[in-house]
Parts: sequence; C-alpha cells; structure tokens
Amino acid sequence: MLTAFAILTDGLVYAAYLFLVAVGLTLIFGVMRILNVAHGSFYAFGAYGSAIAVGMYFDRGLPAAGGFLLMVLVAMAIGLALGLALERGLLRLVYGKDEIIVVLVTYAAFLILEDVIRLIWGPSSYALYQPLGIAGTIDVGKLVLSGYDIGLVALAVLLAMGASFALKHTRWGRLLTVVIFDRELAAALGINVTLVYTITFVIGAMLGALGGAVMAPKIAVTLGIGVEVIVLAFAVVAIGGMGSVGGAFVGALLVGESRAAAVHLVPQVELFVIYAVMALVLVFRPQGLFTRAQPRKI
Amino acid sequence: MRHQAYPPTFVLAAGLSLGLSFFAAAGLHAEEHAAPVKIGFVTFLTGPAAAPFGIPDHNAAELLVDSLNAGKVPAPYDQIGLGGARIDAKFVDEAGSAADVVTQFRNLVERDHVDVVVGYISSGNCLAVTPVAEELKQLTVLDVCGTTRIFEEKSRHYVFRVNPHATMDNVAAAKYVLDKIKDISVYSGINQNYAWGQDSWRDFRLAMKDLAPKATVDKELFPKFFAGEYGAEISTLLTSNAQFIHSSFYDGDLEAFIYQAGARGLPQRIPLVLTTGESSLWRLGSKLPDGAIIAARGPHTFFAHDSALNTWFHKAYVDRFNEQPIYPAYDLAQSLLGLKTAWEKAQAKMGGRPATEDVIVAFEGISIKTPSTTVQMALGNGHQGISDTAVGTYKFNKADNKPEIVDIVRYPAQCVNPPADVDSVPWLEGGMKGAKCD
Repeated sequence: MLTAFAILTDGLVYAAYLFLVAVGLTLIFGVMRILNVAHGSFYAFGAYGSAIAVGMYFDRGLPAAGGFLLMVLVAMAIGLALGLALERGLLRLVYGKDEIIVVLVTYAAFLILEDVIRLIWGPSSYALYQPLGIAGTIDVGKLVLSGYDIGLVALAVLLAMGASFALKHTRWGRLLTVVIFDRELAAALGINVTLVYTITFVIGAMLGALGGAVMAPKIAVTLGIGVEVIVLAFAVVAIGGMGSVGGAFVGALLVGESRAAAVHLVPQVELFVIYAVMALVLVFRPQGLFTRAQPRKI
Repeated sequence: MRHQAYPPTFVLAAGLSLGLSFFAAAGLHAEEHAAPVKIGFVTFLTGPAAAPFGIPDHNAAELLVDSLNAGKVPAPYDQIGLGGARIDAKFVDEAGSAADVVTQFRNLVERDHVDVVVGYISSGNCLAVTPVAEELKQLTVLDVCGTTRIFEEKSRHYVFRVNPHATMDNVAAAKYVLDKIKDISVYSGINQNYAWGQDSWRDFRLAMKDLAPKATVDKELFPKFFAGEYGAEISTLLTSNAQFIHSSFYDGDLEAFIYQAGARGLPQRIPLVLTTGESSLWRLGSKLPDGAIIAARGPHTFFAHDSALNTWFHKAYVDRFNEQPIYPAYDLAQSLLGLKTAWEKAQAKMGGRPATEDVIVAFEGISIKTPSTTVQMALGNGHQGISDTAVGTYKFNKADNKPEIVDIVRYPAQCVNPPADVDSVPWLEGGMKGAKCD
C-alpha cells in the first residue's frame, strides 16, 4: 500500500517537473511551428538566475515568502530578456524558411547560450538549498514527502488550469487558438500574427525559465543542465501532441507515473520506460495523444 | 702521381666548415634533447562534470606543468619538465559523445602530434579511447576513470593508468562499513547507469558477499547519468529496510541527490556510503549530514600522508586557485608525476630523449611517489597502479565552517587490490585470496 502511494506521489512530482519544462516548448510549437531546442537554455538561465539571486536573498535572512516570489520574478525577467532577444534578433529572420532550418537555428542558439552561461557564471556549480528546508516535510509512515515537491505539483496544476482557462476564455487566448489552427486565416482576419509570435515566444521563454528557477533548489546548477531537460521535454511533448498544453500535461503524467512505477518495481527498466511509453503512443497515435491528424495542404 | 697542394685559405675554410658542422650537429643534439614534450590533457572543461571534476583536474595540470617547467616542484621532481625538456600542454574538452571523444583523441595524435595523452574522467570515455590508443601506438596515461575493464578485458601496451581502479574503493568501503556498523543484514545501492556505476556496485556487492555472506541486497537502483530528479529513488530507499546505502555517484548527480535526499531525511535515517564523496564535501558543507561514510578513491586530501611534496602541492594549489584541491586534482598529479618518473628513468637509461617504447618499458611496474602516497604499477602487466587507501566518517565543523573526516581507517594496497595475476571479479568471487591486510 505504501509502495502504491509512493509510486503515485513520486509520479506526480516527476510529472510536475516534466510539465513545467515542457509547457513552454509545446506552446511555442503550437503557435509558431518551431521546435525550439534553445528551450533548454531558458531552463538553464532560469536555474542559474534563481540560484544566484534567490540564494543571495535567503543568505540575508529575509522573509521566506519573498524568496519564492523572487524566484518567479527572476524567471519572468530572464524569460522576457532572452525570449525577446532570440525572437526579435534571430528567429524573425528565418520565419517562413524550412522547419529544419529553423530547428538548426535554435540549436545554434542553444550552443551559443551554453557558452554564454559559462562566460557569465563560469564552470562552478551553484546550489540553492534553502527553499527545500523552508518548505518542510510530511511523514506518511516510512515515507517522507517534501513540502517543496508538493508545491511543485500545485504549481504545475495551477499552470495547466491557468493556461487552459486563458486559451479558452480570454480574448487573447481565442486569438492564439485561431493562429494555432490556421495562421493564414488568422492573418486574413486581421490578427497581427507577428505580434502573436513575439508574445508567444516570450511567454514560452518565461515558462522555460520558470521551470529552471523552481527546479534550482533540487539540483546542482551546473553546466549542461539544459541538455538533459530538452530531451525529456521533447519526449513529453511528442506523447501529448506537438502544440497541445493539455497533451503536455497528460504526457507528463504518463511518463511520470510510468517511471515512478519502474523505479519502485522494476528499477532495471527505469531508463527504458520513458521512451517505451513514447514509442507505444506514437505507434497508435503518430501525431500524439491530443493533436488531431491534419490534412495536408496543397 | 702528383699531390694537389691546397692553398692555406682553402684548408682554413674547410676546417672551419667542418668545425661548424660538428658544433651544429652537437647543438642539434642538444636542441633535440631539450625539445618540448607535447602532452594533450583531456578533461571535462564544459558540461555537468566540469565543475566538480574537470576543472580541479585541469587546474592541477596547469599548476604542475608551470611548476615543472620552472623546476619548482620539490624532489624527486625538481628536474625541469620531463627530463629537462619543457612540457608543451594542450587542453582538450572531454565533453561530448564517445564518438566525439575518440575523434578528439585522433586529432591530438594525428594532427597535433602529441608525445603523450594524459586524461579522461569518464570510464565510458576511457573504454572508448583505449583501443584507439593501441591502434595508433600512442602512449596514453588514463587519469580519473576507475573502471576495472581497461586492463582486465585485454592486455594493453601503450595505455597506462597510475590511479587505482574501482575495486580498491569498494573493498575498502565494505571493510569500513562492516567495521563501523554492527550486525549488517540488509543494504541498498544507488549508482549511475553506466560503466562506472555498474562496476562500482558489482565490486561492492561481491566484497560484501565475501565479508558478510549473510547480508542481502534490498534495492539496487541505477538512475541514468545526470538524471537530476531522484524523487522516486529516494522514496524507494526510504521505504526499504537497508541499514546503509552505497553510492558511487559523483559530480552534479551526487550533489542533487544529497540536496533532495537530505530534505526528505534519508541520510539522517540511513547512513550513506559515498565512495567518491570527498570530491563534493567543500560544496555540500553542512548540507551533508554528519555520519556519512566518505572515501576519495585513494588516500587523497583529508587522507593524504604527510610529505614535503603534499605540503607543496596543497599550498601551491590553494595559493593559485583559492580553493582546496580535491581528489581529481590529486589524480592528475599522480598521472603526470608517474609519466615524469617513467620518462626520466627511460632517459637515464638511454642517455638521451627516450622514444615511446623506452618510456613504456620504464613505466611498467615502477614505483611512483605522489603528493598523497606511493603508487606501485602492479596490475595489468605493470600498466595499472595500486596504492593504499583510506575511508572515514563525515563531520561538518560548524565552528570553522569546514568539512572534516574523522575516524579514518587506512588499508594497505595489497589488502584492497587483487594480486598481479588475478582479475578483480574472480578475486572477489574467490574470497579475496592473497589479500594482505596486516
């Protein structure tokens, strides 16, 4: 019973981590049809920014709530700056080009940003350990749950609900939905597609940086953290369906729970199970769980 | 027959030319003797293993190359460079796939024409470059990597490794655990899912089987390298019945695991046995609870024997980089000083700059004085080093705000390494016959 409970909670925590990383990626793809490899850099910049700024904040003994708020603000600021710079400075130059070209451009940006991280913060690793201690723990029999992990799950659920609400019930969300379904029609209807692109990319960058910022307390913030994340995020987005926020949520849950079950019951297949889930879904739904198969335009 | 009489100016010119050619030849010989030795150093300069391993390794290389070239290293290493020839260092990043690493190795050999390659942290990369070094006939000194497979799968001619392999670490850890934790019946392990983690766990498990046959394994976890999130693994270990947890985690993986496990009370409840733990102590500080069992893959840093060489190395490193040298820095020192010892032994025998084959002959089986201990090239037909080692218990000194190791136990080289003619696994499976622990 305890093992089943542990699988459920561990799966939820891992799913929250995956969703926080993948939601920005899928949003950018949905609207702009860009498979943004540089999303891993947004995550890494968010983690570094959070580890440095929030670490300094907590070192001064300031109120804990302010530290958590600062974590979000730092991610927003980094996402805004990086997103704008990348979209306005680089990506707008390749709009309309072959999708492979655009992927290669984002990959180049990713490599450049990895070096920028090294230039700014050097090769040392950084730790933001205070939030884990502040959030406390909850004992369930022999199992000890981290309050911070529960907070991560809550944040992921809130984000999913917020995104769903914003897409369906706000004017901006409806405009975005039109662009997602048919950008040519959207342009014909007078929607400023260029502005939608810029805003979407910046929001996606902010979400990527937020993923890094909130994960910083759990990891050693060091060179290369963006690489690992981007591979997992792609798997989740592929399962859910490229461009579907709901799909990313369900994809993250599927992967999270499958991995947790594997670690507890058959640890030898832990690595295999993530990609097995992806392969299984794609065999039956090549377009992912939540994306409709689209007729090819001629 | 009439002898031709040469004019005196002709004779003078000829004599002068002959004399000049003689001096030129002598000069050429001297220049050849003093031509720099090109060494390619390969370590992680980027990526997650850079901060905890690659940079200390690189720093130690930079420090030693500069100091050796200036003749500032204490005896027996006070001769300039290698046998009087300055070292010309080229640093290469180990980051990338195994294929990238092999390509970089080939570039060092075929494009840069290095005399020696020193390096590699990842066991996977050591396994990848070793056959290529043999194919290219390139003298290569492997550095931090610890997999036993290098010299046990096949005999090597051009490849050496001064630093002992993982069997030593795990046998010593098993002995220490059984000495310090009484009545052990169940234990678990969490190790990285690649050559290093798998070999470490195998050796530890086999050593435990020898030393405590009734103890059983509860959980065996192998998360992927650089996994980052260990929530499920920590829950699994929390709900296990283990009396201790073995791990050969290193770099960011070790630190992330400690942050997450510490927040959920795992190390406070079940002691951790960290065979590479020393490398992260200065960064973890008070985040690692007291009581963790720590080793340094040899008697390095906290465990180092007192010597003028160690005092110099430690001070020079701290003065230059303003941080403590951790065991990857000591590993590099052992590798480079091992090469220097072999090179100069070969040079003394040959009476001039030694060829690769001369260095290989000199390297096989030699004894090397290093900052922390003495290494004997005893395994793998004299290509693999063994040394004594030590294990201790972690304690954070709050007053001085620095990590400490207490309750240190030392193990002689012949106690924790297999004999020369036996591979690690058969030795462990056979009950560690021939071990000399007194």
